[in-house]
Amino acid sequence: MSVGQSTAEIKCFTPRPALPPPAGAVGIPGWIRANLFHGWFNSVLTLLCLWLLYKIVPPITNWMILDACWMGGPETCGQSQGACWSFIWHKLRVLLIGTYPQEHLWRPSLAGIIFVLLIAATVSGRFKARRLLPAWLLLPLMSVWLIGGGAGLPVIDQSKWGGLMLSLGLAVVGILVSVPLGILLALGRQSRTGVIKPLCVGIIEPIRGVPLVTILFMASVMIPLFLPEDMQINNLLRVQIGIIMFSSAYMAEVVRGGLQAIPRGQLDAAKALGLNYWKMTLLIVLPQALRHVLPPLIGRCIALFKDTSLVIIVGLLDLLGMAKAAAQDQEWLGHNAEAYVFCALVYWCICFSMSRYGRALEKRGAQQTR
Amino acid sequence: MFRLSDLRGRLPIILGQTLVAGAVIYFALTLFHNTQANLEARNIASGYGFMAVEGGLPINDTLLPYSPSDSYGYAFLIGVVNTLYVSVLAIALSTLLGVFIGCARVSTNWLVSRLATVYVEVLRNVPLLLTLFLCYSVVLASLPHPRLSLNPFEGVFLNNRGLFLPRPQFHQAFWYVAGAFFLALAVSVFLVSRARKMQDRTGRSFPAGWIGLALVLGLPALTWFMAPRPLDLDFAVLQGFNFKGGMVLKPEFTALLAGLVLYTAAFIAENVRSGIQSVGAGQLDASKALGLKPWLTMRKIVLPQALRVSIPATTNDYASLVKNSSLAVAIGYPDMVSVGGTIIGQNDQAVEIIGLWMAVYLSINLLISLFMNWFNARVQVVER
Repeated sequence: MSVGQSTAEIKCFTPRPALPPPAGAVGIPGWIRANLFHGWFNSVLTLLCLWLLYKIVPPITNWMILDACWMGGPETCGQSQGACWSFIWHKLRVLLIGTYPQEHLWRPSLAGIIFVLLIAATVSGRFKARRLLPAWLLLPLMSVWLIGGGAGLPVIDQSKWGGLMLSLGLAVVGILVSVPLGILLALGRQSRTGVIKPLCVGIIEPIRGVPLVTILFMASVMIPLFLPEDMQINNLLRVQIGIIMFSSAYMAEVVRGGLQAIPRGQLDAAKALGLNYWKMTLLIVLPQALRHVLPPLIGRCIALFKDTSLVIIVGLLDLLGMAKAAAQDQEWLGHNAEAYVFCALVYWCICFSMSRYGRALEKRGAQQTR
Repeated sequence: MFRLSDLRGRLPIILGQTLVAGAVIYFALTLFHNTQANLEARNIASGYGFMAVEGGLPINDTLLPYSPSDSYGYAFLIGVVNTLYVSVLAIALSTLLGVFIGCARVSTNWLVSRLATVYVEVLRNVPLLLTLFLCYSVVLASLPHPRLSLNPFEGVFLNNRGLFLPRPQFHQAFWYVAGAFFLALAVSVFLVSRARKMQDRTGRSFPAGWIGLALVLGLPALTWFMAPRPLDLDFAVLQGFNFKGGMVLKPEFTALLAGLVLYTAAFIAENVRSGIQSVGAGQLDASKALGLKPWLTMRKIVLPQALRVSIPATTNDYASLVKNSSLAVAIGYPDMVSVGGTIIGQNDQAVEIIGLWMAVYLSINLLISLFMNWFNARVQVVER
């Protein structure tokens, strides 16, 4: 036994390669165990959800797709168990543009195409806001001329406007007018001079305190009383005024949040540079404030679009109103569900893409400031 | 001392203010003048004199006794009561559903959180009016006739005439039970506050919460079994083509309630989610490191901080729920706006009715925000 030999041998630690993780912890089984069956409580929840899905999804799929009737008239629809999508197909024109005369179909279509192109241009982000803004301001004027006529085109009465066209029109004009009005109201509310602040508060708070339905009632019943007798305006314009009033009060509150978030130092610095009130507001305050409140501002725009569905209560037939009217057609009775589901899909697509776009804008803004 | 330079600086402001004030006064006077002229030209009376006149309005769903021979004022009051009734119920139910779905959204269970997300995204991006129409004319209309009603629980019937529930009939003994409940509640509130003070002073804890709970549950239960028949249930019974007796929620009311609850719950769920997610991960780690059990972590760490974020947004949602209840007019539930609209249709006194609407809605909103501000002040974490 030699001591020297054992000390000469250098003992060095050679780790064995790690074992692979157990089969149950990786891949699909691992994911299922970690996310769905983690503990008895989670397992019970998962099973409950699966049962719920089993109860809900197959009947809806059957109704909407498998048993649905895609072609044919009212007779073939009556025989099928599922949804009758040919009803929507037959009513599509009414749902989109209301009772607008057939021979002038190209006019709203052209307006619609320009609208879609403008949206595409805005969303792509390739054009500067300075170029886009005039286009957006021009859009309603041009659409009203195209759809309503006058100046060379035959006039089409506003009682014939309806469907999705009306919803979008009310929403776009509402947004374009109520955002600047809301900004003005918010600035007025911030002002420290005697008359303007109480005036703005007196406009904003009562409007925010009452539901849109009462504002619409007021617009449609009381505006005729307010105006002199020889100056009366039609129902659509009155409703649009009501929507703008309602929306501006909410926009003002949103913008006020942004104004309050601006540090005092910014204002002091602007004053020290010798900027006057309007220059300070336009160049320093508003750009920062609006960036702050972009998410709630877009939320308000979505809410405004959803709220246009209330015009049915004062007798305008927007998308939802047309769907309701179409479902009461004697020839196609009993297709409420299809009409409303179609409406829900349209509203959902528009609102959801608006909120997604808002989120993308927020991210883009966050990257730019860094 | 008066200085001319001061005046020169302030002059544009003063001038501008005067101009604005003058314009506003001129505008208001013109409106007033026009309205007067128009009302006279159309032979519309003004003032609230009509409120005492017999209205003859048919209202089919009332909480208080009502007949068409009652006055306009009383009919309007019925509408106000209906608005409050549906709002209070909807606030309670949507809070329950919203908290449930908000918790589901932050669940670690993938399926649960996905389902909750789908619910929130679908309901938030569809107009409430459409949800109401779907509830009213699709879901309720597709329910069976009274003879084939769904009967999920004993005494509960669901059919296309509405939801029939057993009507509780309270006997005198029931009030003893209620009294016992409130007594137990008062005693346990006292106990809890004493225990908290004692813990603050001496550090010793006293299980006042559990004792209070036992009292609140036990005392009324004890009275219930000792008292002779505190409560009878009047079940709805099928007679002929419809149910008689019991308590009925009419289809319009049920649809309105369901629509409001489903819609508002999606918004409350978002508030709950953002509240819970606003609690930093470090807070949870710290509470685990202190050895707090999950339930205590929830109660002492997560909830106080989450509520601080959720409550202001939820106040707004409650206020908009009350305002949204005015959509009742679209499906024919006789709420305040619906009844008022009918009155306007009969006597054209729009100015007065719209004034009343504004007054009632503004006071309801004021009450909600007062209550929620009080509640908010209680849960705010005091920052050092």
